[in-house]
Amino acid sequence: MEHEITLVVNGTARRARVPARRLLSDCLRHDLGLTGTHVGCEHGVCGCCTVLLDGRPVRSCLTFAVTVDGAEITTVEGLADRDGRMSAVQRAFAECHGLQCGFCTPGFLCTVTALLKENPAPTDDEVVEGIAGNLCRCTGYQNIVKAVHRAAELLAEEA
Amino acid sequence: MKPPPFTYHAPRDLPAALRTLAEVGGKVLAGGQSLIPMLNMRLAAPGHVVDINRVAGLDGIEVSRAGVTVGALARHADVERAGAHPLLTWALKLVAHPAIRNRGTVVGSLVHADPAAELPAVLAVLGGHVRVARWDCGRVTFREIPAAEFFVGPMESAVGPGELAVSAFFPALEEGSGAAFHEVSRRHGDYALAGACAVVGVAGARVACIGVGGGPVVIDVGGDLSSAAARVRDAVDPDDDIHASAAYRRHLVGVLAERALRDAAREGAAARGA
Repeated sequence: MEHEITLVVNGTARRARVPARRLLSDCLRHDLGLTGTHVGCEHGVCGCCTVLLDGRPVRSCLTFAVTVDGAEITTVEGLADRDGRMSAVQRAFAECHGLQCGFCTPGFLCTVTALLKENPAPTDDEVVEGIAGNLCRCTGYQNIVKAVHRAAELLAEEA
Repeated sequence: MKPPPFTYHAPRDLPAALRTLAEVGGKVLAGGQSLIPMLNMRLAAPGHVVDINRVAGLDGIEVSRAGVTVGALARHADVERAGAHPLLTWALKLVAHPAIRNRGTVVGSLVHADPAAELPAVLAVLGGHVRVARWDCGRVTFREIPAAEFFVGPMESAVGPGELAVSAFFPALEEGSGAAFHEVSRRHGDYALAGACAVVGVAGARVACIGVGGGPVVIDVGGDLSSAAARVRDAVDPDDDIHASAAYRRHLVGVLAERALRDAAREGAAARGA
């Protein structure tokens, strides 16, 4: 049996017909064509599929699309502003080389966007705790931590 | 890594949820942070899933002098932010990662009853209880299950078929007592190899250990903290696995229990102004 659902994705109401077992990650990628959300481990360990659900980071691979019918979802495609200018977090990651292969990056960007909203000036320890649920096999995390601090600076300057 | 098909139910209120559970059985979906990985890995294949996320009135966090009552839909992150109980708040910071805590529920973690999970130990060491509801002859009935009877075995709680855990009650710490929780895990946010939480008051001390038995192992230490590590090591029954040997876990849990008891005692003494 299929279910008719509506998700407000990056500010736009999107309808989809999905079976109950459709993961939010697959709904975004396959039903809505938003392939920016990456799928790594599909059991909640790697953090690649992290999206914002009503503003909070969650694992889209551990969420059924039907459960969040009506909710607001922000994916990596929704982080830039309307003119296509990258968000402060995205620019900081580029500037500080906070990525190499880029596979984990959408999850990091969503996680860090929420982290800085809640804590605009995190300490090193708070940054590391905040990104602990996202794995990166390339960078060794040093530049990601730098990027988070740089993003905090950019956000403060632009506020 | 996709969940197997199932029939989906999304009841809007408690009686509807309980009627559905009574009729079809099935697995309850709250936060889904343990259930969905199990479905994705095909370790579970329930015919029916009863999603309680739309059931009104289950997301409460009620604080009274006696303790904190946490509703079945209260997420880890909300309970952590409420900061209503020092030991519960401490334990929640040890549960997985922020993104998991935004979705996972406290009551769900209790019902899941993973022997290495933190929250069952908190409920057990405090002597709390879980309130469960069922549909019985046309009406909703409730029963309260004390922590000592709630954790039946590994991944098995006392919640019966057709029953729904609606809330958990964590008794407040007595005045002048302190609490602490320590654990060791291979990677930050993983389930612990072993851990211990302790409550030390004027009347005595209790410790609950995780990862070293079928559920939380509670030991009444009484007033003698010096022999606690040895008594904890005698009381637990850890298993070998790829992460650690049973002997290492037994040693580790003694060290962690001693540390938790010491920190709890210090906090209790500070609270009494001693």
